[in-house]
Amino acid sequence: MTEAHVIVGLEVHCQLDTKSKLFCGCSTDYRNDGPNTHVCEVCLGLPGSMPVLNKRAIEFAMRVAKALSCEVLYESEFSRKNYFYPDLDKAYQITQYDKPLAEKGILEIDGDDGEKKVRITRIHVEEDPGRLVHMGNAERGRYSLVDYNRAGIPLIEIVTEPDMRSPKEARKFLNKLRATLEYLGVFDSEKEGSLRVDANISIKGSERVEIKNITSYKGVEKALTFEVTRQRNLLRRGQVVERETRHYLEARGVTQSARSKEMEHDYRYFPEPDLRPLQVRSWVDSIVLPELPDARRERFMVQYGCSVNHARTLTGELRLANFFEKVVEPDPAGLPALAATWIADILIGELNYRSMSLDLLEPATFTELIRLLKNGIITDKSGVEVLRVMLDQRLKSETTETPEVIVTRLRLAKTTGDDAALRTAIREAIAENQKALEDYRNGKAGALNFIVGQVMKKTRGRSDPAELNRLLQEELSKGA
Amino acid sequence: MTGTLSFEPDDRFNAFLTTCRKVSHGSGRLAGIPVAVKDNISTQGIETTCASKILKGYIPPYDAHVVRLLKEAGAAIVGKTNMDEFGMGTTTENSAFGPTLNPLDTSRVPGGSSGGSAAAIAAGMVPMALGTDTGGSIRCPAAFCGIVGLKPSYGRVSRYGLIAYANSLEQIGPMAKTVTDVSTLYSVIAGHDPRDSTSYDRSYNHIPSVEIKGLKIGIPQEYFGKGVDPAVGNVVQKAIGTLEQLGATTIPCTIPSMEYALAAYYVICTSEASSNLARFDGVRYGPAADVKKSWHDAYRDVRRAGFGEEVRRRIMLGTFALSSGYYGKYYAKAQVARENVRADFSRIFSKVDVIAGPTMPTTAFRLKEKSDPLSMYLSDILTVPANLAGIPSISVPCGKVAGMPVGLQIMGRHFDDERVIDVAYAYEQAVRA
Ligand SMILES: [Zn+2]
Repeated sequence: MTEAHVIVGLEVHCQLDTKSKLFCGCSTDYRNDGPNTHVCEVCLGLPGSMPVLNKRAIEFAMRVAKALSCEVLYESEFSRKNYFYPDLDKAYQITQYDKPLAEKGILEIDGDDGEKKVRITRIHVEEDPGRLVHMGNAERGRYSLVDYNRAGIPLIEIVTEPDMRSPKEARKFLNKLRATLEYLGVFDSEKEGSLRVDANISIKGSERVEIKNITSYKGVEKALTFEVTRQRNLLRRGQVVERETRHYLEARGVTQSARSKEMEHDYRYFPEPDLRPLQVRSWVDSIVLPELPDARRERFMVQYGCSVNHARTLTGELRLANFFEKVVEPDPAGLPALAATWIADILIGELNYRSMSLDLLEPATFTELIRLLKNGIITDKSGVEVLRVMLDQRLKSETTETPEVIVTRLRLAKTTGDDAALRTAIREAIAENQKALEDYRNGKAGALNFIVGQVMKKTRGRSDPAELNRLLQEELSKGA
Repeated sequence: MTGTLSFEPDDRFNAFLTTCRKVSHGSGRLAGIPVAVKDNISTQGIETTCASKILKGYIPPYDAHVVRLLKEAGAAIVGKTNMDEFGMGTTTENSAFGPTLNPLDTSRVPGGSSGGSAAAIAAGMVPMALGTDTGGSIRCPAAFCGIVGLKPSYGRVSRYGLIAYANSLEQIGPMAKTVTDVSTLYSVIAGHDPRDSTSYDRSYNHIPSVEIKGLKIGIPQEYFGKGVDPAVGNVVQKAIGTLEQLGATTIPCTIPSMEYALAAYYVICTSEASSNLARFDGVRYGPAADVKKSWHDAYRDVRRAGFGEEVRRRIMLGTFALSSGYYGKYYAKAQVARENVRADFSRIFSKVDVIAGPTMPTTAFRLKEKSDPLSMYLSDILTVPANLAGIPSISVPCGKVAGMPVGLQIMGRHFDDERVIDVAYAYEQAVRA
C-alpha cells in the first residue's frame, strides 16, 4: 500500500488573539496570572449572567473566512452544545452548529505532489472551556482543581474536507494555516495551548478514526504517522480498523482508544436563546486583508532574490519574515543573500535546538553579524560560534554582547596570510603529521585535507579554508 | 443613601423566603418604597435560591439589572419572595421551602410561579413587587390574589441577573395593587441593557390614561370555550361590557394555533430549562458534591437530591425533546407552532388594538388540588400564547366568583405595552368610581 491511500481531514481549533473574552469583558491575557483571576459572572457561568458577543472576535473570524475564500453565511447563529464536564461551568458550550459563520473555502498548500488546494468545509466561532489542573499523587489521593481563566476565550474552528494524503501533508496544511492566521493578526501560535487539533484518518476502504485533542504541530504529524502504521498493521494481519475515537498521548507518541462511553455523547444542540442571530455578510467587503504568505513569498523572491526554498521558509512564519526584513533593512541590496541563508539554514536550527523564541533576538544585532560575514571579517565557522554565544547569553540574561565584542574577546577575526600565528600553526601541523605529508607526496590528495583540518583546529576555525589551502601549498612547495 | 427602612412583616402566608430587617435606600422615583423581589432575580449579598434546595446558600456577587435600577430609583429591597422552584409551576406549591398561601383564603394557592410576590402585595406587606412570567407566572398569581400584574413585551426589560428557566419566553415584570403602581414600577425597570443581547432600546415613560374611545378589542372564542369555568367567563364578559361602555368596540376572533400552543410551550420551556439547569452540579454553589466519588456519580447525586420532583420532570422532558432523533419531532415542531401563534396574533392585531379574555380558566385552586401535573399544565392555556408571541399582557382584577378574584387579561401588539396598561387603567378607574 502507498501513501496515496491515506485520507486525512482536520478540525483545527485556534484561540483568537482578542484582548477580551468572547462573551464578557475579562482579559484574555491570563497566562502569567494565578488561577481564576480573569473571571466574572459571565465566564464563570453564574446563574442569571448572559453572554454579550465580542464584535472583534467575529471580525477576526471574518478575516480568516475572507483569507480562506469562504462564503460567509447571510445569517449564522450560536447554539448550545450540552454536556457535563467539570471544566464547563454552564454545562454547555456556546458554539455554532448548523449555521456556522462561513463555509466552502480553500487553502493552497505545498503538497506531497506539488501545489494542492485543501477544501475548507466550514469556519465557526465558539468559546473555550476552563481547564482542569490535576493535583495530588497516587499515595495521598488524586484530585483536580478547576481554573476558569481560559473559560470564554474565543476559539475559531476550521474544518477541512478529507483532502490530505499523508501525515506530512497534514503538517504542511497546519503550518500554512498557522502562517495565514498570524499574518491576519488574529492568532499567536507561541501562546501555550493556543492550538488544538482533531484529526480524522482512514486508509481507503476502511473505517475512519478520529484522533482527539492533539495540542502541537509536531504532534499532529506524529499522531497521524502512528495511526497510519497501526491501521496498516491491522489490515496487514487481516483485521479491520474500527470506527472509533482515540486520544493522542503526547508524551508517548501513541494514540489510545477512548472509552466507548465518550462516543455516546448526544450534545442536544439548540439555538442559544440569549444571543440574536448574526447577520454579518455585509462586513466582508469592508475587510482589507494584509499581505498573506503566498504573496510575501513571491515578493521575497522578486525583491530580495531569495531562492524558492528560502522564500518559503522565511515567509512560512510571520515572525521569521518580519525578522528577515528588519535584518536586511539597512542594506536591502547587499544583505539579503547572506541573511536569507543565515536565517533559514542556520538561525532556525539554533533556535529550535534551544527551544528559543525568535523574539529574543534583536534584528539589528543579527544585521551586524551578517555584515561581519559579508565583509570577510569572520569565517562562516566563526559566525556560527558568535551566533551560539549570543543565543546562549540571551537565554541567561536580558542583553548580549554585540557580535563585534564577541569576535574581539574570542579573537575570532579571520586570519590572513601575514598572520604569524597562522604560519606557525601550518608549520606545526606539517611537523606533527609527517605520515600524512608522506601520503600526500605519494599522491594521496586527501591527506592534505587532514593537515588543513589540523590547522583549523589550531586556529579555532578562524582561517578561511581557501586561503589556508593556498598558504599550505606555499609552505609545502617551500619545503620541497 | 437617604434613609433606612425597617421591615418586619407578619408573614403568615410564607410569601417571603428572605426578609431584610433594616434596609437603607436612596432617593428617586421609588424613594423609600419597600419593593419585594422574586427569588429568581439575583440580588448582590442577598441569598437567591429560586426556591430550590440546590441553590440554598447561594449569595450572588452581583445585582440583576432590574435590581440595580430599583436601587438607583431609591427603592428599598425588603426581601425575596417565594415561588415555584425555578418558576416551574402554577401554584407556588413547588417550592422547596413550603407553599405560599393565598391571603384571601389560606386554603387556596396564590397562583404561581410568582405567588410570593402576589401574596406579599395582596396581604399589604409591600405595595409593589417584581415577578417573572414565563408562561403566566405574573398574571396567574395576580389574578388569583386580586392584584395587577404585567408581563412586558419580550425585550423591554433586561433579563440580566434573572436566573433563567426559559430564556426565549420569560420577562421580569411589575406587580402591584393598582395599575398606576404597576406603571410606575415598570417605568423604573424597562429599557435597554447592553448586557442582555435580547433587550431593546424601548424605555417606558407613560402616564396611564383612561381614554379608550374607539378602541377595538378582539375577543377570541378560545378564551371562553372548553376548559374555561363559565362563571369566570361571565365575570370577564361583564368587564368587557364595561370597556364597551367606555367607548370600545368588540370584534370576535379566533386563535386556531392555540390548539398546539400549550404543547409547544412545554416543549420549548422544558428544552431550555434542561440546558439552563445543567450547571447546578455541586461544583460551584449549592450543596457540595461528594469529592470522594467520581464526578459523574457526584453530579447525579447532587442533582437528584437538590432538585424537586417537578423540576426533575421538566429537565427530563426537555432533555428528551432535544435528543438526537427527537429534536425534529419536538423542538423543531414546537418552533413551527410558535411561529403559527405569532402569525395568528399578527393577523388579529391587523384588525384590533388589543385582545381581551380571562387570565385564568378558573379562580384560585385549593392547595394540592392540582397534584396531577397535566391538569396543572392545562391551566396555563390562556397565558402561554402571549409568551410564545412575545407580546405584552396584563391581568387586572375584574370581579369575583364565590369570593375569589377573577383576572381580566388584556394583550397587545409587541411593544404596545402602553396601550395594554391604558385599557387596564380605564377599566380599573371605571369600576372604582
Ligand atoms: Zn468574564
